[in-house]
Amino acid sequence: MKKRTYTDRSIASSDITPEHVFLNRRALIKASAGTMAGALSAPSIAEAEASTQSTLSFSQDADRSLVDEQTPYDAVTTYNNFYEFGTDKSDPARHAHNMTTDPWNVKVGGLISQPGSLHLEDVLSGFDLEERIYRFRCVEAWSMVVPWVGFPLAQLLKRLEPKADGKFVEFKTLFRRGEMRGTRSFTSVIDWPYREGLRMDEAMHPLALVAVGLYGKTLPNQNGAPLRLVVPWKYGFKSIKSIVEINVTAKQPKTSWQMLQPSEYGFYANVNPEVDHPRWSQRFERKLPSSIFKPNRVPTLPFNGYEEQVAGLYQGMDLRKFY
Amino acid sequence: MATRSRWQAFTRAWICGSSTEPPRISACGDATNLSVLTKVKVPSWCATIAVITLCLLPLAQLAFQLAFEDLGPDPAKLLMQSTGEWGLRGLAIVLLAAPLAQRGWRGLFRYRRVLGLSLFFYVSLHFLLFAQVYVDWSGALLVEELKERPYVLVGFSAWLALLPLTLTSTDRSRRALGRRWRQLHRLIYPATVLAWLHLFWLARSDLGEALVYGLAFAALLLWRFRRAQLRPR
Repeated sequence: MKKRTYTDRSIASSDITPEHVFLNRRALIKASAGTMAGALSAPSIAEAEASTQSTLSFSQDADRSLVDEQTPYDAVTTYNNFYEFGTDKSDPARHAHNMTTDPWNVKVGGLISQPGSLHLEDVLSGFDLEERIYRFRCVEAWSMVVPWVGFPLAQLLKRLEPKADGKFVEFKTLFRRGEMRGTRSFTSVIDWPYREGLRMDEAMHPLALVAVGLYGKTLPNQNGAPLRLVVPWKYGFKSIKSIVEINVTAKQPKTSWQMLQPSEYGFYANVNPEVDHPRWSQRFERKLPSSIFKPNRVPTLPFNGYEEQVAGLYQGMDLRKFY
Repeated sequence: MATRSRWQAFTRAWICGSSTEPPRISACGDATNLSVLTKVKVPSWCATIAVITLCLLPLAQLAFQLAFEDLGPDPAKLLMQSTGEWGLRGLAIVLLAAPLAQRGWRGLFRYRRVLGLSLFFYVSLHFLLFAQVYVDWSGALLVEELKERPYVLVGFSAWLALLPLTLTSTDRSRRALGRRWRQLHRLIYPATVLAWLHLFWLARSDLGEALVYGLAFAALLLWRFRRAQLRPR
């Protein structure tokens, strides 16, 4: 099979990690893990990992980026929800390295012109990467500001040629028990694989992004390598990670959190300070990094601050009912 | 002199825990234990200080991590989780004291007061962190949280149930309350149930932790229930 490399277009050859550095990765991780136990001066996991992510080349999309202080790389890559690797915020950074991301295939199906399985390289080829600095708001009432690198989801969907009766898009995360310790938990009540969905017009919105990197480098595994969704006006759980399946459907797809607790999690999950979650008040958020004496607690904005751009999608809808 | 000996007798009664009946101890095992103790003769206040130090170790670790910024980007959440967990562990340890004493090991039983006060300390820190980080010391917001989020209400109730136990932990209160002291201190049972409910309600997708604590608490409370039934009225 003809294999096009994803780096062809998007990564300058000078940016590609030299092979000896790449091969050194394991040694580096081992070394840091070994010294970590004793020496305080050992590099952090994030630092060790940062040097293993390859650099991407991209253009800046200033129009769709915020002018705001970005959450440090360390925080973005060590404080994650990725329940496939455990429910603790630090679990993904510790265990996601077990996930194999190369080779990576994405199954595309449902109401599209040519269902099938695509290599990651084919999914990504032809798209110019751009950097978008977005607010990221978790339903747990914390938030970050992340410089993502990716391309609009609309571009990918257009290439798949959805049929006229395709009203929704469904996404699924990789589910590989052997590499994902969280999925092996006997006491977990999540029905794997993790799934999410968007209405077609939401998916086609120019703010909806397929991210392949952050902070100018490829995504670390814990952040959803090799490709993930970023829907900045919705709670973070909608921005599904490590996507292996995309289906265009006529009916509203089931989503993992909604299946688990429909009274708590809706399909839309738009950031809305007026609609409280039973567990967390959504009126405020802790903008990370936060501290005890300066919690950095700020009011949450409707649609996470993207009201102007996306409110039109929901005109005439009762957002208390469709939460 | 007279007051002193009365105080000592009283302390012994308190320590030996008339509230749960003097445990029956197998003769030989205890004899050796006692002989060791009489030979070494560690002053009791030394042991108490050692136990207090042990109880404060988790706090010291957290303070150390906080000072060296080793708690990640959201230290408040981690500290809340950690202090809450130590509160739960504390409850389990305190409830374990009596069954262990009945089996002949009084190590925990002797220091129930220190253990109880420590666990209340951790639970209070947990609550203070919530007040600081989640409700920003706003009374209105706290009332709203209590009204709208059952797990907050249940956790707060557990703290409230433990409060009178802490306030009456002195020898003087115990003397003043007499029989009622023991009745009052049974509040630890509803507090335990409420604390567990708090944990259970917080579980989102993995019930593992709630299950482990649930089984431990169920066993500890069941032991008491059976004992109360066996005890002649």
